[in-house]
Amino acid sequence: MMEIVLAVTAVILSLAAAGAIIRIARGPSLLDRVLASDVLLAIIGAALCIDMAVNRHLNNLMLLVALSIIGFIGSVTVARFVADRREQPNES
Amino acid sequence: MSPEPAVLDIVIDSVSAVFMIVGALMSLAAAMGLLRFPDLLSRMHAATKPQVLGLFLLLASIGLQLRTWWVWPVLLVAWIFQLLTVPVSAHMVGRAGYRTKHLHRELLSSDELEAVVQKAAAKASREDASDDGRPD
Repeated sequence: MMEIVLAVTAVILSLAAAGAIIRIARGPSLLDRVLASDVLLAIIGAALCIDMAVNRHLNNLMLLVALSIIGFIGSVTVARFVADRREQPNES
Repeated sequence: MSPEPAVLDIVIDSVSAVFMIVGALMSLAAAMGLLRFPDLLSRMHAATKPQVLGLFLLLASIGLQLRTWWVWPVLLVAWIFQLLTVPVSAHMVGRAGYRTKHLHRELLSSDELEAVVQKAAAKASREDASDDGRPD
């Protein structure tokens, strides 16, 4: 049964990653791209979780936590950067 | 052990299989929302589904598959960490999107931030005016 679940989730997650990558390539603004790359990180984390659940090990758990740290720092930094760049023309 | 271990195994396997498939569908729902929704704020609404509920379902399926008790606190810590960081980054992205006008204003049903932003802008312009009037 686990092989079937693995195949089904692999197809679903591949479609989801393709959608997120299309939004990263096409997104009209920088913030859309940040949001889509955050979703891509969540999809990679989901793939790591499914690997751990199907093969019954815990090797990827630290990688999962590190992924969420990277997503947090990345989106917060880029959001600050966008706000700063747009506010400067108003100030000067 | 309770009645028959084999039956219990099959039940736990099926529950975790359902959790895994639903958790993967959350990611697909987020991707479809990213592709189809019109502006940044509604895309943010779709993007939070795999980050919170999807991760919860997948971590629960890990816990069910490993069949040990000591692993649940570890998974809970990972999930709580995600719960603490996701709202902060979503807040920052949403605030930057509002300030840079990346939203369709006609789609909002209520805008509680507008009054605050206008008050801050009026205060800033008043301070600018008083600064200009004062001789250096």
